[in-house]
Amino acid sequence: MNIETKYHGAIEVLESETLNFKKGIPGFPMENEFVLLPLSDEDMFYVMQSVSTPDLAFVLTSPFNFFKEYDFHLEEPVVEELDLETEKDVMVFSILTVQDPFEKTTANLQAPIIINSKNNKAKQVILHNEQYNTKHPIIKKTGTKG
Amino acid sequence: MLVLTRKNGESIKIGEDIEITIISSKNDQVKIGINAPKNIEVFRKEIIDGIQAENEQASKDISSLIKIIKNKQI
Repeated sequence: MNIETKYHGAIEVLESETLNFKKGIPGFPMENEFVLLPLSDEDMFYVMQSVSTPDLAFVLTSPFNFFKEYDFHLEEPVVEELDLETEKDVMVFSILTVQDPFEKTTANLQAPIIINSKNNKAKQVILHNEQYNTKHPIIKKTGTKG
Repeated sequence: MLVLTRKNGESIKIGEDIEITIISSKNDQVKIGINAPKNIEVFRKEIIDGIQAENEQASKDISSLIKIIKNKQI
């Protein structure tokens, strides 16, 4: 199907490529379908584009690019909701709050986007882990990766 | 909003499957026990509000920064 996007113009996407968020995401409960589009080379950044709302898109990154020690446990209800069978099927992304200048950009480590790559079911999971919040700077003040 | 007054140890039933119990209360802190099916998510409200606010912030337009991100050699 053809869709309009926020940063990629008009594109064609396959139904089989769409991520299915049964409950939407916090703040956007009616947004159930997104597609993942590349934003940079080397798979560093992606855009999660709403299929139904052209103007709604988020910048995502794999948190492990910037936070090597990022670690959390997925609770059983989430595993069931996404029909997850094995850890290998789990894809993890963090929504970035991009700032100007870019160096001030932060990652929401408290609520990662979890995708089951086998069935494309997805969810923004809120972690109970108290060491993570919604605003982790991706560039440490000394100018090196965190 | 339905407002009920409960004493320590008393409970409230919501629908068929949810039960809230006042475990204890002291000064202005209340310990609340929640019994709900696993598929019902329970969070402190400010946590959900925080995620919602950050999502809204993150969805704002960054067209001016897209070029920078595309070329970012990190």
